[in-house]
Amino acid sequence: MIIGCVLTLVGAPAYAGPEVYQTPNEFIAQAFGGHAPDAQALWIKPGLRGELTEVLGHNPGLRVRYWGRGTRTVWVLDEIGKDFPITAGIVVNDGAIEDIRVLVFRESRGWEIKYRFFTRQFLNARLDHRHLTRKIDGITGATLSVRAMKRMARAALLLHEHSVASSNTLAQAR
Amino acid sequence: MHAIQLSLIALGVLTSNPSSAAQVTLQEVWAMLQQQQAQIAALSEKLEATEAKLNRTETQVKITEEQLGLTVDYLADAQASNSVGRTSVGGYGELHYNAVDGEGDSGDFKEFDFHRFVLSFGHEFTDRIRFISEFELEHALVQDTDDGSNSGEVELEQAYIEMDLDENHWSRAGVFLVPVGILNETHEPPAFYGVERNDVENIIIPSTWWEAGISGGGHYASGLSWDFGVHSGLQMPTSGVNAYRVRSGRQKVSAANAEKLAYTLRLKYTGLPGLELAASYHHQSDASQLRGDGLGSGGLVSFHGIWNQGPFSLRVLWAQWNLNGDAVKLADVDEQTGWYIEPSIRLDLGGSDWGFYTRYEDLEGARSRDRFEQWEVGFNFWPADNIVLKFDYRDRQHDLQGSAGFDFQAIDLGVGYQF
Repeated sequence: MIIGCVLTLVGAPAYAGPEVYQTPNEFIAQAFGGHAPDAQALWIKPGLRGELTEVLGHNPGLRVRYWGRGTRTVWVLDEIGKDFPITAGIVVNDGAIEDIRVLVFRESRGWEIKYRFFTRQFLNARLDHRHLTRKIDGITGATLSVRAMKRMARAALLLHEHSVASSNTLAQAR
Repeated sequence: MHAIQLSLIALGVLTSNPSSAAQVTLQEVWAMLQQQQAQIAALSEKLEATEAKLNRTETQVKITEEQLGLTVDYLADAQASNSVGRTSVGGYGELHYNAVDGEGDSGDFKEFDFHRFVLSFGHEFTDRIRFISEFELEHALVQDTDDGSNSGEVELEQAYIEMDLDENHWSRAGVFLVPVGILNETHEPPAFYGVERNDVENIIIPSTWWEAGISGGGHYASGLSWDFGVHSGLQMPTSGVNAYRVRSGRQKVSAANAEKLAYTLRLKYTGLPGLELAASYHHQSDASQLRGDGLGSGGLVSFHGIWNQGPFSLRVLWAQWNLNGDAVKLADVDEQTGWYIEPSIRLDLGGSDWGFYTRYEDLEGARSRDRFEQWEVGFNFWPADNIVLKFDYRDRQHDLQGSAGFDFQAIDLGVGYQF
């Protein structure tokens, strides 16, 4: 057993890349049936900035890139769990979460959030007064990672509202 | 107006009023038309130039938009990838107030104690190799005393390098928490009920328990995971008031005797949201690190379950040490056992969470004062996610008549945080 452990530690395979389960591009393409649209930018204007800061608990930055077609938008967001950022992809369709996946996980604990048995709790969740309409059961020892996923889910739903609103406003103006 | 139309109008004027023909000649009309044609040509040229300028402006706006986007992306990437961004700082802490009413006046005391002030530092070297550490000050003050008595401690609780081997497997080397029980790895104040940690995990496990060595593990989509470590072990005393007391065997990786290493294996299932089931086995071939002292090998077995259903939660844990050796058997402490059950409910009241719990513990430790039953009831109030205010009432009754002097009732208050 000792030899096995030593070999496991020192004989790590030549694994050059990060721990990525599905790349963001793969996730985005899959959401649109293999044909991802061009990326668009949603600039964080004052009204949205206030709402997003309340959801995330920190400055949301200048803009967020997203991919959208029809009533579906896809967001790739980063939030810190306990120590390091978690990258998640969220698909929102018609105001509800259609899919959510951890794309890059860097934490030492909380691996459970990577798997379907955890993420399926988010499916079909909507926003109600900035909170999710579905209850997400936590994981002992992964509270901060679970909270990060919930923040990203709420942020994606909020951003979707504003991206659709932006499109509708522009369409009306034209 | 078109030149032909002007010509027709001019002709109409000339023919309709023979007397005006003397005033405006055909040549003059033609000159007028020429002039207007030149003006139209000039205006057309200007329009073309304006359209060209507009096209150039639109192109420039697109280029500027692209440059602005690239600048924003660069700033975001720079912030994420610089050395400060890859280093994390966190921590937790807890202040306790204990008002203990002991059996007889000698057991009474009231006390404030900043029990734990913990700072954690982490650094991401690459996307798959990271450093995790935890540095702790206990009881607010460490001082050098003549008799060595000192309630304060400064400790390095964790300091390890973790490497992700692939999507499902990891390895660690350094000082890490032994994978046993519930609280040993998850003990930030907002994460548990009660001002003091439960006594089963404190005395039997014995949390917080850390060792140095190497470990590895795996986790899978089914929700199953395993951890296995080879590490330094306990050095249990075999004489004095703390003889065979598990908690007194912690060496804390401070010039730790490593004559005999130890091994810990844990299997855990978390495949259903809200449910955690785990079993751990720890083995050490000589629990005192010394031959011929009547204490040989030791093994710890523990099982626990956590079930969260809506606002309700239930925790159950059972742990037992089995120690081999003539002397430990003679002392009748070769089996040390503890278990507890803790139901609770967490409610959103007025926009903040309140949790109410009760806990029953039963311990059979090495010392007579570590053999007792205890009821506890209390609540947690979380004004924000990472801050908790705690209240509890404890009633401890010892098994042995001779230990009744250690019985007490206590009221405890606490404030804790994590970030």
